[in-house]
Amino acid sequence: MRAHIYHQIRTFFAERKVLEVTTPHLVTAAVTDPHIESITVADKRYLRTSPEYAMKRLLAGGSGDIYQLSASFRAGDVGQYHHPEFTLLEWYRLGWNSATLRNEITELVGLLLGQRTVRTHDYADLFAQHFSCDPHHASVDELAAIAQQHITICAEESDPLFWLDLLFSHIIAPTLGQNHFDFIYNYPTSQAALAQWTQDEQGRVVADRFELYIDGMEIANGCRELTDAAEHRRRFAEDQRQRQTAHAPLYSADEDFLAAIDAGLPSCAGVAVGIDRIVMIAANLTHIQQAMTFAVA
Amino acid sequence: MASYSTNELCNGLKVMLEGAPCIILEVEFVKPGKGQAFNRVKLRQLTTGRVWERTFKSGESIEAADVMESKMSFLYRDGQTWHFMESQNYEQYQATTAVVGKAAQWLAEQMECQVTLWNGEVISVTPPNFVELTVSETDPGVRGNTSSGGSKPATLSTGAVVKVPLFIEEGDVIRLDTRTATYQGRSGQT
Repeated sequence: MRAHIYHQIRTFFAERKVLEVTTPHLVTAAVTDPHIESITVADKRYLRTSPEYAMKRLLAGGSGDIYQLSASFRAGDVGQYHHPEFTLLEWYRLGWNSATLRNEITELVGLLLGQRTVRTHDYADLFAQHFSCDPHHASVDELAAIAQQHITICAEESDPLFWLDLLFSHIIAPTLGQNHFDFIYNYPTSQAALAQWTQDEQGRVVADRFELYIDGMEIANGCRELTDAAEHRRRFAEDQRQRQTAHAPLYSADEDFLAAIDAGLPSCAGVAVGIDRIVMIAANLTHIQQAMTFAVA
Repeated sequence: MASYSTNELCNGLKVMLEGAPCIILEVEFVKPGKGQAFNRVKLRQLTTGRVWERTFKSGESIEAADVMESKMSFLYRDGQTWHFMESQNYEQYQATTAVVGKAAQWLAEQMECQVTLWNGEVISVTPPNFVELTVSETDPGVRGNTSSGGSKPATLSTGAVVKVPLFIEEGDVIRLDTRTATYQGRSGQT
């Protein structure tokens, strides 16, 4: 099953002249994202949490369209849909926007799992439908009150993002991707990661980022990539500030990556697809460990 | 007090929640694409048996509950107080009728039960799955009836009332499943 899926992926990209690349799994800089922890393997050596930084260095160096199909690692991610070592398919398309990349994802995922009807939902519309609230402007108190109606949560949080994540992951996500491919787009800027900002139809500033849900699981996470070097540094500094508040370990930003961005990342769109979850759906498995030869968690 | 981090939570672990000891029944790790991770936990409150569902922010810590399971034999009842003895070290424990709860109707002297202790106090008593008890009161049996021929209520020496076949008589020792409160057979034949 897995071998067949890998073969289909490689054929798909070979036909489209997207180059397969391999970047190191052992890296010199840990990720700064406040919600992702790197596995430290030696002094200042880490297992990569995604191939993003290295692949963007190749893009900045003039590689053209590229993809990579390999393992990444995240400390502490253990659950029904999470395993510390997992397989990511990540690819980048030069000059593309989010919509064109979503079409290509649909083609590939349809090939692997059988085609389904595609629906695209604005993040804010989902919150309006489920909770009659505007996630871009709702106050912490308003979001917390909505959350308490649905979930008994043992935490106090003053960051609205916490409540948005809670409501999205507990209430909205399980309803998505049942018999459909459901794309969610226009995320709040607080969830931009390294996506460009854009304006939605109502003139709100949002992140040009999207996720694909199938059978209630997040399968793909993509965006129109941020290219501005100063904005990269600002977001890394914001990551550090959040890590400091959360008493999480602090790591210095990946200077090789920032140097590549300084040199110029071409305009592109990129996406990462969770291949173990694809295997789960294709083989009708209920736990990610069943999709692995040997699980460590 | 000892505590557990959310990533140590697993089925069977005993923790304190809102001042009450609980056992964890299920843990689910929930993490959105980019963002905060959560642990969704199903727990049973050990004193009431009620099942709770709670969501924790990953990385938080939860106080451990000093809960112990031990095998004890039931000694005797003295008004509202039930006396038990630990089978290993012969230490004695007391529990009120309220704590013994539904188990009371099955407890005969010398019976070995599962007793849950929290901070050294009995918080619940579970009788063995199968017990043998004497019928103290039932209508007279009708000769010739077989086990498939209907049933009648019988009161047992411990006070429980169960349905038994018509041929069972007062003084018979019968085997019962305490989880379903059902007759399993006469003693010595199952």
